Amino acid sequence: MATIKVTRPKLSVGEKVYFGSIFKGMIVTLRHAFKSVMGKSRGADEFNSSGIGITMQYPEQKWDDELPEYYRGTPALVTDELDRERCVSCQLCEFICPPKAIKITPGEIPSNDEWAKVEKRPQVFDIDMIRCIYCGMCEEVCPEQAIYLRPDYIVTGTSRKEMVHDKDRLYEIGGKRVGLVNKWNELK
Amino acid sequence: METTLLIAAAIKIGVFLGVTLTLVSVCVIFERRFSAIIQDRVGPNRTMIPLSILGFKKDLALPIGGLTQPMADGLKFILKEDFTPSYVRKAFFWLAPCMTMVPALITMAVVPFGSPIEFGDLVIPMAVADLNVGPLFIFAIASLSVYGITLAGWSSNSKYPFFGGVRSCAQMISYEIALGLSVIPVLMMFGTLNLGHIVEYQANNGWLLLPFWGEGLTAERWWMLIPLVVSFFIFTTSIFAETNRTPFDLPECETELVGGYHTEYSSMKFALFFLGEYAAMIIGSALIVTLFFGGWSIGFGIDGLLPTGAWWVSLLHVGCFLTKVTVFILFFILVRWTVPRFRYDQLMNLGWIVFFEAALINVFIAALILAVPHIGYLAFGVCLAILLVITGVLFAIAKSAIHAPKEGTV
Repeated sequence: MATIKVTRPKLSVGEKVYFGSIFKGMIVTLRHAFKSVMGKSRGADEFNSSGIGITMQYPEQKWDDELPEYYRGTPALVTDELDRERCVSCQLCEFICPPKAIKITPGEIPSNDEWAKVEKRPQVFDIDMIRCIYCGMCEEVCPEQAIYLRPDYIVTGTSRKEMVHDKDRLYEIGGKRVGLVNKWNELK
Repeated sequence: METTLLIAAAIKIGVFLGVTLTLVSVCVIFERRFSAIIQDRVGPNRTMIPLSILGFKKDLALPIGGLTQPMADGLKFILKEDFTPSYVRKAFFWLAPCMTMVPALITMAVVPFGSPIEFGDLVIPMAVADLNVGPLFIFAIASLSVYGITLAGWSSNSKYPFFGGVRSCAQMISYEIALGLSVIPVLMMFGTLNLGHIVEYQANNGWLLLPFWGEGLTAERWWMLIPLVVSFFIFTTSIFAETNRTPFDLPECETELVGGYHTEYSSMKFALFFLGEYAAMIIGSALIVTLFFGGWSIGFGIDGLLPTGAWWVSLLHVGCFLTKVTVFILFFILVRWTVPRFRYDQLMNLGWIVFFEAALINVFIAALILAVPHIGYLAFGVCLAILLVITGVLFAIAKSAIHAPKEGTV
């Protein structure tokens, strides 16, 4: 391939005087301003604009339909198809959690129980959503696939206490997952 | 009689200070909303009237499009922690914000906001101080604000603010000259330095750049438009540089200098810089409007039809003036969000090599046009030829002075 020497383009007198190009630039910006007020900005329809610019205004309009399957929102616990809690309180998530948002108090499953081989289930399972950074490490580390990041992202509260998700809340968000994994599986 | 004048002056000071500070907050909301729609965004549009801090149950949500946003901004600035780093030079560090804010507000004193009111047998001008050296006073005081910025940069005892301060100093001094020179043709034409008289002349005889009525229809005024338009461009650009607005905001360019001279400032001290910048912008717009666009006059001969001295006429004129100023503020904002920042050497070239020379030549052209009735056309032609030669020489010198990148060393 031949070598192409690129030379600096010569500016014409009009370009050197600036004012013309500044004026052109102002027309561009003014056109944008005018179009966004009229709600006719480029891409306004694709982005489901609220009528000004291409912005969707949050509490009134939401993007939930477009959320991808893998969206990493709030972490939550899941139950299996028999409504048994999958979590066996191994506390791996508690230890891996970078901001230390998870607190688990393990409880024992008595030896006369049918599922004594599972050994433990959580008595208390709290995730402090003020601390949570949605990194998904808990989901990755869980050997029982008991904790998942769900697509819910609206976590609000007026006090710190409200922002701590306890076990009931976590199961409510998480819902049910089908398929047995390690300890709850009779075959293993 | 003197007590009446004193009381009038006190009222004027209070009202005009209030108007200027209100205009600052209007500027802020305009800047935010206008920049937002330019960038296809929405901007702050849902600030409520915060009744809840007064003890009410709920905030009052009116459909006013976030007009109370500046109040919220101001409240935030006041309530923030006022942090003074331990390594700064404290006296100057505290002095600097005031030094930026105060000159901008003082200059507002000589700007005529409206036509004079007749009060009994007294004629009260609608400027706080109806000085006979209006533009000079403004230039003298406005250039003091560079001390604030330089002091802020130096006293912060930190390198990036220092760079910002030094840059601002160099920039403001460079553009002060072009600013002063560019306004000379205007003053030559009016033959007075009193801003009130300048505006009255324009009300009767056509705005400087739109001479469509009164004496403005003479051929001389139309010839004068050539130097005056050049003056207008140089003056406006220099005002941009003086107020540290983009494209000349090198003292605070975020990408190179963190935040420039106000990096170490927080809370209300930062807010004072902010207010100072916007107040300077308002003063700049007010000055442009007063000198080139007829100040408070409604224009097109309407002013002559209205009764002089009635209070409602004066109020109407104040409204007209504020409208024009607001239009210019919008222009300032539009330029800020259109034009990218100049490089520092480009800025200096523009100031010293382009504008300084252009303003200087412009003065002579204006003088020649004004002198035609007295010296005759022959002398005019000779002088014009000499001027053209001088201009050519200056142009050649200026061209060699601009350090352009050499061919082949790209």
